[in-house]
This record gives sequence, C-alpha cells and structure tokens, in this order.
Amino acid sequence: MSERFTTSAARNVFYGGSIFFFVVFVGLTAQSHWHIVTTSTDEATLSESVIRGKHVWEKHSCINCHSILGEGAYFAPEVGNVWIRYGGKDDPQAAREGLIAWMRSQPSGVEGRRQMPQFHLSDQELNDLVDFLEWTSRIDTQKWPPNDAG
Amino acid sequence: MKYASQRVAYWYFTCAMVLFGVQILAGVLAGTVYVLPNVLSELLPFNIIRMIHTNALIVWLLMGFFGCAYYLVPEEAERDIESPMLAYVQLGLLMFGALSAVAGYTLGVHEGREFLEQPLWIKVAIVVVALIFLYNISMTVLKGRRTAVTNVLLLGLWGIALFWLFAFYTPANLSVDKLYWWYIVHLWVEGVWELVMASVLAFLMIKTTGADREVVEKWLYSIVGLALFSGLLGTGHHYYWIGAPGYWQWVGSVFSALEIAPFFAMVIFAFKMVFKGRKDHPNRAAVLWSLGCTVGAFFGAGVWGFLHTLSFVNYYTHGTQLTAAHGHLAFFGAYVMLNLALITYAMPYLRGKAPYHQGLNIVSFWLMTGAMTVMTFALTFAGVIQVHLQRVLGMPYMEVQDQIAPFYWLRLGSGVVVGISAILFLWSVFGPVRERRAKAARVAVQPAE
Ligand code: HEM
Ligand code: HEM
Ligand SMILES: [Fe+2]
Repeated sequence: MSERFTTSAARNVFYGGSIFFFVVFVGLTAQSHWHIVTTSTDEATLSESVIRGKHVWEKHSCINCHSILGEGAYFAPEVGNVWIRYGGKDDPQAAREGLIAWMRSQPSGVEGRRQMPQFHLSDQELNDLVDFLEWTSRIDTQKWPPNDAG
Repeated sequence: MKYASQRVAYWYFTCAMVLFGVQILAGVLAGTVYVLPNVLSELLPFNIIRMIHTNALIVWLLMGFFGCAYYLVPEEAERDIESPMLAYVQLGLLMFGALSAVAGYTLGVHEGREFLEQPLWIKVAIVVVALIFLYNISMTVLKGRRTAVTNVLLLGLWGIALFWLFAFYTPANLSVDKLYWWYIVHLWVEGVWELVMASVLAFLMIKTTGADREVVEKWLYSIVGLALFSGLLGTGHHYYWIGAPGYWQWVGSVFSALEIAPFFAMVIFAFKMVFKGRKDHPNRAAVLWSLGCTVGAFFGAGVWGFLHTLSFVNYYTHGTQLTAAHGHLAFFGAYVMLNLALITYAMPYLRGKAPYHQGLNIVSFWLMTGAMTVMTFALTFAGVIQVHLQRVLGMPYMEVQDQIAPFYWLRLGSGVVVGISAILFLWSVFGPVRERRAKAARVAVQPAE
C-alpha cells in the first residue's frame, strides 16, 4: 500500500469510521423500535395472553424446528402466517380449533414423516399460543412471505 | 513456547475440540433425522438435537478464541499472562456451564430463542467467564508491549462481551425482540468476530511468513475498518421482513453487499504475505489452514452471503435451505478454519515438538473442506428448488420437503465425511509423536518474529 497511507492513518480511519457507523446504526435502530411499537405491530392487542403465548413458544423451543417470520430452523413450516393458512381471517373460531387439534394430535406417528413432539399443553396454554400466532400474523412484514405456503 | 503461561492455551484447545466433537455428532444426528424422521423422535426431538449442535459450535468457537488470545497475547505483549490461575478457573467454569447446558437440553431444560437457549444461570456464568477473561487479558496487554494485533483483538473480545448483554433482554413484542436479537447474532459474526479473525490471522502471518509488522498492521486496520463500516449497517439485511421500516431494504442491501470487501481483503492479504514471505515456515499445515480460512470465509460469508442478501432476492430465499447452506459454509470457512489454523500452528510449540503429522493434517484439511463444500452445494440446490416450488409456485412446505429428500441424503453423507476428517485432524494434533524424530528438529525451530 502507498507510503502516504500510514498505519496510524489506517488506525484513525478505522476508529473514527466505526464510531460514526455505530452511532448511525443505533440511531436507526431507535427509530425502528419506535416504528414497530407505533406502526407495524399492534401494541394495543399485545395482551397478557399473547405474552404468555410467546412464553409457551419459547419454553418448548418451537424455534428449533419451525421458523417465525423466516427466522429459526428449517425443519418444519413457517408459523408467522400459520393463522392465515388455517383460514383465521375468514373464520377465526375454526382456525383456533384447527390449530389446537393439530397440537393435541402430535406426534402423528406416520412412518417416514417428520414428527412434531407432544408437549402436553393445557387448554390455557394452547389458547395463549394461538393468540400469540394470531397477533404475529398481523405484523406488517412488508408483504412477506410471498404466498400462504410461508 | 516463549512464555510458560501460554500453556493454558493447550487446555482451551483441548476442551474446544471436545465440544467440536459434540457439535459434529449432534450435526450428524440432526442430518439423520432429516432423512429418517422417525429416528429418536420421542426420545430426543429434532429441536433439542439442533440446539446442541449450534450451541456446542458457538461455545467451542469462543473457547477457541480465548485459547488463541491466551496463546498469542504473551508473545505480542512480551510478558506472561497476568494470572494463569484465573485462566484455568475461567476455563473450568465455561466447560462446566457448556456440559451442564448440553445435559440440561436433553432433559428439556432450556430457554427458547434461537442460539440463546442457555438457562439464565448459564447466561450469567458466561458474563462471569467474560469478566475474568477480559480482566486477565487486558491486564496482560496493558502492562506489556502494545501492538495493533492486541489492540484489535481486545476490541473484538470486549465487543463480544458487550453485545452478549442483549441475551438478557427479551421484549414481549416479537418484532422488537428480533430487532435486538440480531445485535448479538449479526453483530457478533459480521462485526466483532471479524476483528478477532483478522487479528489472529495477522498474528499467523507475522509468525509464519516473517512479514514486516508495519505492513501487516496497515492491512489489519484496513480490513477491520471495511468490516465494521459495512457490517454495522449491514445488519439491515435481517430487518427486511420482521416489522421494521421499509428503508432497511435499501440500507441493508447496499451495506451488506459491501460486507464481501473485508473477506476479499483477507484473501489478498494472506496470499500476498505468504507468496512474498521472506521464509518458508516448516509448519506447512498451519499455513494451509490460514490461507484456506480466508478462502473459506470469502466463499461462505462473502459469496454465499451476497447470494441472498439483496432484499428482492431475500424476499424469496429468506429462511430456506439456502440460509442453512450459507450458515454452514460461513461458520466453517471463517471461524472453524481460523481456530483449526491457530491450533495447528500452536500445538507443536505447546507440546515442545517440531511440527509433526503434517501429511495427516493436510489430508484432514482437504477432506474436511471438500466435504463441507459438498454439503454446501447439496443445501444450495435443495434451497433453489425449495424457493421455486414453495415461494414462487406456492406448493405447501411439507410437500416441497419430500421433493428435495435426495439432497438431504447427500448432506448426511458429506456430514459423515466431515466427522471422519475431524477424527484425522484430532489425531494429527493430539496424537503421539515419536520423540526421536522430533528431538533433532526441535532445536532448529523457534517462533519467528
Ligand atoms: C464444522 C462444521 C459445521 C458447522 C460450522 C455447522 C453450523 C451450523 C449452523 C450455524 C446451523 C444453524 C443454521 C442456521 O440457522 O442457518 C446448523 C444447523 C444444522 N446443521 Fe450444522 N454445522 C456443521 C456441521 C454439520 C454436520 C457435519 C452436519 C451433519 C449432517 C450438520 C447438520 C446440521 C443440521 C441438520 C442443521 C439444522 C438445519 C435446520 O434448521 O433445518 N452440520 N449447523
Ligand atoms: C463469517 C461471517 C458470517 C457468518 C458466520 C454468517 C452466518 C449466518 C447464519 C448462521 C445465518 C442464519 C441466521 C438464522 O438462524 O436466521 C445467516 C443469515 C444471513 N446471512 Fe450470514 N453469516 C456471515 C456473513 C454474512 C455476509 C458477509 C453476508 C452478506 C454479504 C451475509 C448474509 C446473510 C443473510 C442475508 C442472511 C439472512 C438469510 C435469510 O434471510 O434467511 N452473511 N448468516
Ligand atoms: Fe447478517
């Protein structure tokens, strides 16, 4: 590298530039945080049961088979829009019952098919979980996923 | 070994390699469940196997970084480690936490965010481990010679600890949760870990090629500058579809596309140093791993990352087997290979022997990188088909998975070969060395400066 670009110049550019980009990044994160809680998610319906449902989701580590909003594992279907796939927009009651029946009937035991464990969830836990999935399906995700298959 | 206290690195590398074994075993098991889904489904479900695989990976890489630091800081700072005793306490605590976590996972004791499944007490223990380590290493550096290598290394290690604190923040709002989850995951692997990588690489270049320190330092600052200038705002490539504002599609695409630059610079840097080098280091395997690591990182992180980083591509590829393809080659090429490079370099000194088992080590290099490449291509093809069937045509997820089953067999096959190559590698660094042959050569080999 050229002689005029000295080591200490490189070091100063590194420190200065990094601080600059870090500050910009934190600023944009703060703005995004604000955008999420005011615009893209529905804070008003982020109820106790939705929060409990998120805990059920976490307690059983569903994320290590499924993805949610495209993040997680790739072993089982996307659940960010599972509420939509189950027709929750048109018939919320049927979607709720369908999802609960699904979780109750696992594992399917079908030979050669991926198995979902039986988590022995209570009625309350099952309903909380469905509330969480319903709430999640309403996040403004810039129109992702491309279709209902997730 | 110039300083007696460097010896602690030996035990860090040993423990890291034990967890490497656990990681590969869990990976092969997970790959088996993919093709034979009824295997173990009641005893040890896939989600548990997967969290063992990823957690063991991350912990052993960190353990390896600690080992690298304990090995190279004394030579850079020109003094012994502040407290070898503390270093052993730190290692014991970390290894105990890691093994407890694995045991706990099999019993269903875990939390629920990807990569952050450790129970709270283990998360706290990790903070304690980090504090012990940072105290020990910082004191060693501050009281000794300051170099660019230790400056950048320390900054990276402090950054790792700092961003870890976000593990304690789990917001109730899923989108906010994801926003800060990436402060750990992305800002680690595409931020502060790159600082660790570049500084360890710089150390290896100085030692193995006899390159001029002044030149290396200039490269080092330029590389880490490129890494952070692109990588910080590059976080935006994870903010496209999680509820964050639309402008991230521009910011994320532009800056993350530039993230390939530091990886490219590392390739040029390493090859230039080796080919222009003033000397041929007798540990050819270590030089091979060092060069290989820059190439692996360039393809895995740089090329496979760029493949799906532009927002209009990511719209279709987000969360598919393509992500898994990239995750594997990136982690392997950058951080696994970096650790194996330094271990290969340091082991002969730590064991007081001339470089040994070079042929076997080099065989393990080609076998492992070859198998990881096959695995990456298998997952890439699987991903492309998945994107077309599922994201474009809208075929249901489970039906698509049946279509790509042959690629999962290929992944399992290559995974088994990775396992075999890991055994060869371990034998080549830990295996017995005949004393007679080693003694004569030992005199001739001293660490270069
Ligand atoms: C040193 C080599 C390896 C590294 C660095 C590595 C790394 C990773 C990472 C980072 C993930 C999480 C992927 C993501 O979230 O995108 C993962 C998942 C996985 N790995 Fe590996 N891995 C390695 C070896 C293996 C081997 C040998 C196998 C055996 C076939 C394997 C099988 C799997 C499977 C099945 C998953 C789960 C994928 C899913 O979520 O569906 N890995 N690995
Ligand atoms: C050594 C450095 C890197 C490592 C270890 C790494 C690892 C990973 C892993 C494990 C994931 C999956 C995370 C999850 O579970 O959701 C991921 C996602 C991603 N990475 Fe990297 N990465 C690296 C560098 C890069 C670079 C340089 C780029 C861009 C040029 C990039 C682009 C992406 C993108 C776009 C995703 C999101 C994929 C999706 O939408 O599903 N990565 N990376
Ligand atoms: Fe990233």
